[in-house]
Amino acid sequence: MATSSFSRGCFVFKPSAKKKKTTVDLESYFTDGCEGAESSETRFKLCLDLWNKIKTETEDLQDELNRNILDSLLEFTRKCSSTRRHGNWASQMRASEIPTAALVLGVNVPDHDITFQSLSELLRCSVTPHVASLQAKECGALKHLMKRVLERLMDAVVDDEEEEEEEKEEVQHSGAPLHKSVHCSLRALCDWYSSKTKKSSCSSSGKKRSSSAVDEHQQPPVVIIFKDLEAFNPKVLQDFILICSRYLDRLPLMFIFGIATSPSTVQRMLPHSVSSLLCIELFQSLSCTQHLTTVIDKLILTHSFPFKLNGKVMQVLVSIFLYHDFSVRNFIKGLQLALLEHFHSQPLSSLCCRKKEAQIQLQQLSAGDLDRIRQLPSFNRFLKEQEQQEQDNLQTDDTYLKEVCQKLLKGLHKYHKNYYPVLRCLHTLTSSLPRYPLGKQIRELHLICLEKNVWESEEYQSAMKLLKMLAKDELISLLQKCAEVLQPVKSKKMKNALVQLEELLDKFKQLNAAAELAPSVEEKLTCPVKNLQKKTDLFQLQKTLLEMNESRRAKRMSPFEVLRNEAVEFVDGLVKNHLSPPESKPLYEVCYYSSSATVRRHLNATPRTSIQAALSSPYCYIQNDSLKSEDGSVSNAAPDICIAHKLHLECGRLINLYDWLEAYSTVVSAAEGNDPDPDGSGKMDEVKHARFIRAVSELEFLGFIKATKKKTDHVARLTWGGC
Amino acid sequence: MEGLLEHPGYDGEKLRRVSEQLPCREVQAGMLLSLMGEPQQYCYPSLFIYGHRASGKSHVVNVLMKELELPHVTVSCVECVSSALLFEQVLLSFFGCDAASLLPRSPSLSDFVRIYKQRTSEFPSKQTRYIVMEQAELLRDASVNLLPALLRLQELVEDNVSVILLSEIVWDKFRPNTGCFEPLLLHFPDYSKAELLQILSAGRNPSYSAEFYSSYINILLGVFYTVCRDLRELQHLAALNFSKFCEPVAEGKVKETETHKLWKNIEPHLKKAMQTVYLREVSSLQWEQMDEHETGALRGLSAHTHVELPYYSKFLLIAAYLASYNPARTDKRFFVKHHGKIKKTNFLKKNEKTSNHLLGPKPFPLDRLLAIFYSVVDSRVAPTASIFSQISSLVTLQLLTLVSHDDQLDSPKYKCAVSLDFISAISRTVNFDIVKYLYDFL
Repeated sequence: MATSSFSRGCFVFKPSAKKKKTTVDLESYFTDGCEGAESSETRFKLCLDLWNKIKTETEDLQDELNRNILDSLLEFTRKCSSTRRHGNWASQMRASEIPTAALVLGVNVPDHDITFQSLSELLRCSVTPHVASLQAKECGALKHLMKRVLERLMDAVVDDEEEEEEEKEEVQHSGAPLHKSVHCSLRALCDWYSSKTKKSSCSSSGKKRSSSAVDEHQQPPVVIIFKDLEAFNPKVLQDFILICSRYLDRLPLMFIFGIATSPSTVQRMLPHSVSSLLCIELFQSLSCTQHLTTVIDKLILTHSFPFKLNGKVMQVLVSIFLYHDFSVRNFIKGLQLALLEHFHSQPLSSLCCRKKEAQIQLQQLSAGDLDRIRQLPSFNRFLKEQEQQEQDNLQTDDTYLKEVCQKLLKGLHKYHKNYYPVLRCLHTLTSSLPRYPLGKQIRELHLICLEKNVWESEEYQSAMKLLKMLAKDELISLLQKCAEVLQPVKSKKMKNALVQLEELLDKFKQLNAAAELAPSVEEKLTCPVKNLQKKTDLFQLQKTLLEMNESRRAKRMSPFEVLRNEAVEFVDGLVKNHLSPPESKPLYEVCYYSSSATVRRHLNATPRTSIQAALSSPYCYIQNDSLKSEDGSVSNAAPDICIAHKLHLECGRLINLYDWLEAYSTVVSAAEGNDPDPDGSGKMDEVKHARFIRAVSELEFLGFIKATKKKTDHVARLTWGGC
Repeated sequence: MEGLLEHPGYDGEKLRRVSEQLPCREVQAGMLLSLMGEPQQYCYPSLFIYGHRASGKSHVVNVLMKELELPHVTVSCVECVSSALLFEQVLLSFFGCDAASLLPRSPSLSDFVRIYKQRTSEFPSKQTRYIVMEQAELLRDASVNLLPALLRLQELVEDNVSVILLSEIVWDKFRPNTGCFEPLLLHFPDYSKAELLQILSAGRNPSYSAEFYSSYINILLGVFYTVCRDLRELQHLAALNFSKFCEPVAEGKVKETETHKLWKNIEPHLKKAMQTVYLREVSSLQWEQMDEHETGALRGLSAHTHVELPYYSKFLLIAAYLASYNPARTDKRFFVKHHGKIKKTNFLKKNEKTSNHLLGPKPFPLDRLLAIFYSVVDSRVAPTASIFSQISSLVTLQLLTLVSHDDQLDSPKYKCAVSLDFISAISRTVNFDIVKYLYDFL
């Protein structure tokens, strides 16, 4: 930057306002390097809309799921703050305990933030303005813990106008403002609290003196939330509790412990002398797997979100959840990533929206986009099924193609509308079968259905067999549940299915009534037994027995069994009609995101393998043709560190540095095309030497080798394997 | 009784009130009074009072100070995170806040002495000033010169001041290496059963007769005296269970005098209380509510031991357990397929004959943990970043503990901190027979 000054010197340049404007907004990030740039704007809008929708849905869901536990917690806090003032004998005699809520939230610690946030908001709204939440990492020592508590509590309540007053008061209480940090004691908090409550009571008692409700509000409890109890230093916590218990009569304190493992940690961390100061009540939150199920139910198993995941991506996200972190937040993040990637990389994703909007978008497709449609594998499959004339039309006539695509898109929407209800029906029927042939959770069934034709799988066959053996009342109740699932669905086919199902149910009911009237069917069957006594020949006996068996099997089809088979057939028909995998539908690429490798690479990084890959085949990162090699060997033109790495793989546990250098210089000289040691003096080229040293220290930095004290001119290898 | 607390220089009426508030502690109170002497007389520079929890140390001192209106300050050492807080509290209550404000930002002991001296020359005391330090055992962790200085504060500040230290630990454990002024020692013995009975009965419920209440206390002590002599705790338990005791009387089934019937009614209840509410397995609020709906079987805190973990975390924990309790030499036998036959006796070393489970977990390096993990887990697992982050989250959950220093990035060492029961429950959920892999159970 230029200055108007003649002299040399240091000049301060404040960042100009212009610079702020140049920051790239979201949209240009999105369109940058995006495929099919012409539709990127609409895609960006669609993507943003969908993501906002997902976000609000998940937040609502979170609130709903937390509501129970938060309600009971709020109830607890209210109860605690009210029992404190009972002046009866028992409460006087009782040791004063600090009411404590132990909130068990499961091991997915990152998810807890949202819960605590909504909890403290709720507390602020309905119980008390004095809420402080603490994290273990900011409370290493008692002093820091105190400081945090005081900061959070006093800041949280002091309004802008009052702030000065408060500070003045503090100054009065504590003397000089010089050493404010010295005053981080609960005594200061007590003073602050009493002045606070006195003030509010003065102002409120002027208005309504008589009501007792005011009295409750005058002493709102002070809630301190320990977000991650396990991570706190037990000594610090114990001391803090001891101190708090001394002030309990003046300061109505209350604790909330966020526990990730099990409630017994409280006892492990606190000795009896401390835990006897607490009145601990347990609150258990929903398990995270249940939480995931509801999230999947809301976001994925519904036709209202046009964006879909294919089987593999879904599998990746679910397995990250189950195998690695149990974090619903991460699952949603993964969903977001997939969403973004889909709209970013798939130009045809502009069609991935509601039916009507999709029709409009379709009309606006450019010729290039239409060509892309023609190249879609699913469309090609569809094309091959058509007649020659039709094929030619589709290949050449753009308007005709648009018309067909319109139909296809409609078909896709219809497919989704029918798919999910049928999936739920099938799940309700099979989820209670012994050994769960089609999985316990609906997501497992969904995964099977996404992969292949579910009715061709063995598990499905066995499930159907088991269904054919169900008892009457069980079957009826399951079918009724199915009817409930189908009830709210609006599509025509599902309505038909519902009618059929209800007919079936009626028949079952009639059967119940009929069975009471005519129990005589069984008697007829017993008659061949009478013949049995006459036969004495063993062979004959066998034969008749077999015959009897067969006839029984054929005849035993009671009306109920007939009906049961009919019901199972009906379900089977539904499944075959509606649960075909999405890959079979033309234009499915518009809605389905399928690049599982991308998702995995982004969400489940493998730093070690990447380093290994970079070192052993630098071509993947440095796209230079001279580095290409077929047999896995490293070309001698590769970066120094790759060569050094390759050479060190050939050594044992200890590496002689001089030998290593020799080998290195041989390889590098060969690359440069000269004889490794022309004059035979054994002198090393200094540049090569320096390069070698740099490569070795880089390897040390990456953790492949380290210096060893066993032999001074050797280094130790930290990895094993290799050549 | 009153005779015990007669002392010249103090108002007789006040002394009577004091002795009323200090049942069963007259001897100690009298002793203390005679040590303190008359208000204007110099007292011994430092007194050290020790006795178990809830043996009335603070209570006696506080009642004496309050009722006799002596100038004093009570400081809890837990609260004084820094000695600055201690100094400030003392100055604040003796000389008002302008004295406290004279203290510099992080005051040293000599600052305190200087200001104290300066103030005391301006306002010389007519009576002995007392500094009462509760939980004095924490002073040992404070700076080295604080405790010796406090013990001879009288000498340092040249004022009629006396320091009373209250502690649960005997003086022998306090004595610094360099030696110090020896305070006068005063021991508060535990309350005897009769004394407990007397004190507890004093706090009777006003709506019931004294005999009835003391019979209740008698029963209560019969159950709890063997496990708990903490007066405060007993009082708490008495308050919690009294309503249950009164129930049959209130319903009119039993008269107040039928002690045996009342005993039969309350005894199982108290026994249950000993296992639950006394251990704080169940909170006292819940305990009271349980009375209302009798059958509600409350599960205590320690009953919830189940922890849900992600699949690989479970295997990491199992691997950590194996690494902690198996000697490293035996890994080959457990995790290499063709290890040949090695009998246990062949590679037993002398010190390994004792069970590793008795010795507790041993530290192991990260490499070993991962090597065992990869051979234990049934599928091929890529060494992803989340595997490593799971290890550190296990550490924050306190299922593993980091043994080496935090800063050591190079081959950190861990210990497994879970019990055998816990790990077998975990391994059962993933169908892994952990006992087969434990050297101790070979």
